[in-house]
Amino acid sequence: MSTTTTTAVPASTAQGTVGTARLVLLHTKFQFLETVRIPIAVIGNLLFPTLAVFFFVVPQPAAQEVPAVATAMVGQLAMFAVMSTFLFSFGIGVAEDRAQPFEPYMRTLPAGAGPRMAGRLINGCIFALMALVPLVLVGWFLTAAEVSMAVLLLAAALILVIGAPFLMLGLAIGYSISAKAALAVVQVVLFPLAFAGGLFMPAELFPDWLDRFSQFLPSRAGRELLIQVLTGSDAYPLALPVLLGWGALFTALAVVAYRRDQGRRFH
Amino acid sequence: MEALISVRSVTRSFGDVVALDDVSLEVGAGEMVGLLGPNGAGKTTLLSLVNGQRKPDSGVVRLFGADPRKPAARAMLGTTPQETGLPPTLKVGEVVDFVAGHYGDPMPRAELLERFDLAGLAGRQTGGLSGGQKRRLAVALSLVGRPRLVLLDEPTTGLDVEGRRALWQALRDYHADGVTIVLTSHYLEEVEALARRVVVIGGGRVLADDALPAVLDRVSVRRVALAAPVPESELVRLPGVADISTDQAESTAGAGRRYSLLVSDSDDFVRALVASNVPFSGLEVRGASLEEAFLTLTHQHAADRGAAPEPAFAAPSAGGTASHGEGK
Repeated sequence: MSTTTTTAVPASTAQGTVGTARLVLLHTKFQFLETVRIPIAVIGNLLFPTLAVFFFVVPQPAAQEVPAVATAMVGQLAMFAVMSTFLFSFGIGVAEDRAQPFEPYMRTLPAGAGPRMAGRLINGCIFALMALVPLVLVGWFLTAAEVSMAVLLLAAALILVIGAPFLMLGLAIGYSISAKAALAVVQVVLFPLAFAGGLFMPAELFPDWLDRFSQFLPSRAGRELLIQVLTGSDAYPLALPVLLGWGALFTALAVVAYRRDQGRRFH
Repeated sequence: MEALISVRSVTRSFGDVVALDDVSLEVGAGEMVGLLGPNGAGKTTLLSLVNGQRKPDSGVVRLFGADPRKPAARAMLGTTPQETGLPPTLKVGEVVDFVAGHYGDPMPRAELLERFDLAGLAGRQTGGLSGGQKRRLAVALSLVGRPRLVLLDEPTTGLDVEGRRALWQALRDYHADGVTIVLTSHYLEEVEALARRVVVIGGGRVLADDALPAVLDRVSVRRVALAAPVPESELVRLPGVADISTDQAESTAGAGRRYSLLVSDSDDFVRALVASNVPFSGLEVRGASLEEAFLTLTHQHAADRGAAPEPAFAAPSAGGTASHGEGK
């Protein structure tokens, strides 16, 4: 049998492995195409926060007269946009991908889990930033909000960092339950967190008890830190520790969920 | 012989079900091996250990001499997604480019599509392909990286006769280039058409591992049906009887009970039957199905080992979504 070993492929090229950067790019592109081919998912994500600015911020007198108030109101919806993109694209996106039969096949390609995860994170950030573009434009042209370009760019970068705990929460959900269940769970988590965090109705208008409760939520902490970057107003002292605490908790949950899922399917 | 695949004393269970039970197998460069066995025999589980998807509970699996769980070990490996597993919104060209991008020296897209009769479909979304086109694309993906070893799980399931033959030819061409191919099938015809060496798996064990003609001999059993007014034991004593069952519904008064037997050599059996003076009637002889042939191999195997017959082929195929222990 071993007489027919003249191979077309010389064994010396056997380790023709591909660089990690190229693999990351490959997986990023693949996932990006998969997402944009269902345009309604992208458009819905893009439009909802922008429409919220249009209907709830633009008509308010304060948003037309006081730049700091207008900036904060646009900022809190920007926070919502990022939180929503992260929870949806990681929570539901991951849960859906896990059910795809193409995923076990990808496990047999000569790439580890790293490039795929990196592609996932990069895509989440791309779509989060895309959702901010129309929102910022509406805020810029139709309200009194104002920030310098430098602050805007800094805020755009920081909002991804501030949103990271929600990214982790999304992963924890996506790796724990089915897509159908994830859709429900994400909605149940997203809207109360957004409301109680002051992302729809400014936290300044909350009754005292809700304001105090709200300060322990990651959405409120994220909002305050973002607004601090945008307007220079000081966030409450506990904002950063609260966000970091939730971030650590959600990261731990995501790691546990990921390990359990991989162990179950690929052990 | 350089072993591309080396499986040594591997056992793998899913919950209570033993999918592979102390399996050893070596595949060397240039071989064309058919893994044959009924559904649930453990073929897919075996492939999933070799392609790095899963780990054995015990034993050692090596791919090109390395642990298949490491990506570098899979640099010269080609596998195929399940036919239904292509991302439906992506275009054929995009899927091909994606898989090709994982390999150092991939085949040009046009050449690959040409080989598999998919030329002109690069811009089509995979969800819009016919079943046969999807299946050809799935097999094409296993070759795009110019692998030295290709694992194909049921490569022609769902294809019509013509499509099946075209795909076989493509695989033969590829094998002629010096590539090692391991394919699973539950069609004897497919294994006959492609493989030089056949490994029969049943109940998680290797039941036979031999050159194609030798295995064909062993599985060429016949089914014999007859009516006879004698107890089962009278017939079991005859030569080459691997299995016997009684058809209660057809027991006819006078002629006795109707029996159905699997025998390894029907000529021998009939000669002995006549010589034994058992008063039989309604004799029928026909070729047995592959499933029936496996049954005899399983029995022989059990007898060789001095163990009770295997439980039915109950192991789940590992390729599906693992339902065991799905968390809530």
